[in-house]
Amino acid sequence: MPVEVVAFCCFYCAYAAADLAGVMRLSYPPNVKVVLLPCTGGVDPLYILRAFEAGADGVFVAGCLEGQCHYQVGNLQAKSRVRYLKRLLDEAGIGGERLEMFNLSSAQGPRFAEAAREMTERITALGPSPVKRPKAKTAEVAS
Amino acid sequence: MIIAERKPLDAILGMMTPYHKVLVVGCGTCASVCLAGGAREVAMLGSLVRMTRQTNDEPIEVAEATVHRQCDKEFLLPLAAEVEAADAVFSMGCGCGVQLLAETFPQRRVFPLLDTKFMGVTLEPGWWAERCRGCGECVLDRTGGICPITRCSKGLLNGPCGGYRNGKCEVDPTVDCGWLLIFDRLKELNELESLRAILGPKDWSHGAFGQPRRVVRDDVRTSAEEGHV
Ligand code: SF4
Ligand code: SF4
Repeated sequence: MPVEVVAFCCFYCAYAAADLAGVMRLSYPPNVKVVLLPCTGGVDPLYILRAFEAGADGVFVAGCLEGQCHYQVGNLQAKSRVRYLKRLLDEAGIGGERLEMFNLSSAQGPRFAEAAREMTERITALGPSPVKRPKAKTAEVAS
Repeated sequence: MIIAERKPLDAILGMMTPYHKVLVVGCGTCASVCLAGGAREVAMLGSLVRMTRQTNDEPIEVAEATVHRQCDKEFLLPLAAEVEAADAVFSMGCGCGVQLLAETFPQRRVFPLLDTKFMGVTLEPGWWAERCRGCGECVLDRTGGICPITRCSKGLLNGPCGGYRNGKCEVDPTVDCGWLLIFDRLKELNELESLRAILGPKDWSHGAFGQPRRVVRDDVRTSAEEGHV
């Protein structure tokens, strides 16, 4: 089963870049589900945890290039939140590497496609989220 | 306000091990403002606990409730049904909240999810610092509004000790010398002379490390019993 990746995208950059990737007919993995946010500064840590709880195997947050946030520092706040959440995910045994932050401009359609591919490859290599794969069941499969 | 910090997830999961249905109770006052145990932290912890337990194939039901504050019984009583429905109660309030929950619902085990740190202030979002140790007899009027008991690492009443270097304390060079702060403040206020008056020995029986303290207001309290703690 293909892995599921949720992308929290800022309206001003990553979301527009994803749109541009489409207009440019660039293909990127269809398992990436885009969630539109007015700014990555609005990405509540709870949204990310809820995504994992609901079965996402990986999550990425995509905001404007540093210094170019429409709300000054939203992307920098998102960056510290992602760093904090990576620690929480490690603590919970889910793995901080399943979460990442990307920065790109609205003109970087190809960069969006690349980020989507990069994340999908990383998560595919890690396998499905341990939340979906209780240990006992893994043991059964292994035996 | 009271500043607290969430315990490490491992410790929390350890306390929750025997249970399958728990109630996590947040506090909407201090614990919420210091981002340790408000509704959002309750929701985040609930999510982390459910995911970890699910990963270990030991699913757990986490009910979440956040009350206005946990240090007043009237806010806890409405939780009765939720407490009844849970195997155990986990408090995200300070130590006072945990204890009042346990006193209010003696039939349930109540566990602390936070480490209560100190009474302090917010210096900036995400940065809190200690300001008062509840000594019971405030001397801020004598020290330019800076607490010598808290801000001086040795709690000297007549400092400084002479060990400060470049304005920093010899006990911990990452903190300002409390007595230098007091000196500078009094100088600014043109009240340096007041430092000549020696602060006499403090009566520590009013302090935090004796018997539990109480404040009783006969004009307000309704029960006639002798005030006990
Ligand atoms: S002197 Fe005592 S009551 Fe006043 S701020 Fe310091 S510790 Fe608190
Ligand atoms: S250096 Fe200043 S703050 Fe530190 S113990 Fe001495 S007087 Fe107190």
